Amino acid sequence: MVERTVATQQTQQVAPTAEGTRERERYVAPPVDIYETPEGLVVMADLPGVSKDDLEVRVDNHVLTIRGRARPAVQADPIYREYELVNFFRQFELTEKIDESRITAELKHGVLTLHLPKAEEAKPRKIEVKVA
Amino acid sequence: MADLWETMEALRREIDRAFEDFGFRTEPFFRTAFLPGRAARRYPLVNIYADRDALYVEALAPGVDPASLDISVLRNTLTLAGEKRRVPEDVRPEAFHRSERATGRFVRTIELPLEVDENNVRADYKNGLLVVTLPKAERVKPKQINVQVS
Repeated sequence: MVERTVATQQTQQVAPTAEGTRERERYVAPPVDIYETPEGLVVMADLPGVSKDDLEVRVDNHVLTIRGRARPAVQADPIYREYELVNFFRQFELTEKIDESRITAELKHGVLTLHLPKAEEAKPRKIEVKVA
Repeated sequence: MADLWETMEALRREIDRAFEDFGFRTEPFFRTAFLPGRAARRYPLVNIYADRDALYVEALAPGVDPASLDISVLRNTLTLAGEKRRVPEDVRPEAFHRSERATGRFVRTIELPLEVDENNVRADYKNGLLVVTLPKAERVKPKQINVQVS
């Protein structure tokens, strides 16, 4: 699994000639764990402050995109700060061996868990050895 | 006696502030709190908010089992303890492509800037953010003073 930080084709639109009115949004890459099981890959990402509605997970041209908007849980005057909740963005390039139609996602306690099942032909098969 | 204690508190805070100005203070920016090594220093990271009636401590703690959370308040000291588990635990080390999320037990003590009502503290955990609501003690709440027009 190769990480790709360049934007996908879709987001590369015409280069703006003037500065946009909105300030460009800032993103951080969420820390992830990725491990392999016989069935496929599991991706776990820490996305604190991101609710289900503010999370976008998509697969385009074998690129997995995780994008989330973190919102603070408290609406009051800040008096002390150690972190800033900014948006999350990270992309991974998937190999051909992932069955993209069967990817499942689950968000619990601020952790996104993605199951990326291997395509049938990529699953390990046990070959029985016949003794002649 | 209470006055003396408060005077000492004020003095100590003054010294802390002096050190912060000396360059030990880090600017607030998003730090990836879950990288190993860094996490050993201060975990979880907190933001503190206040309004007229209460203090709110918001902690960045994704993936923490709510049942493992242990939160206590003594005078103006808040202690957050808990455990962030590696889920699932039976994955072989060689099966990992990436392992960036730090896990383990944590304890953090936070000193609150004013007295709170210890009996009415509540904690909520949602979307990986832990919010502890600490109502201000009655005697530190601002009092509205009516101006008499004579």
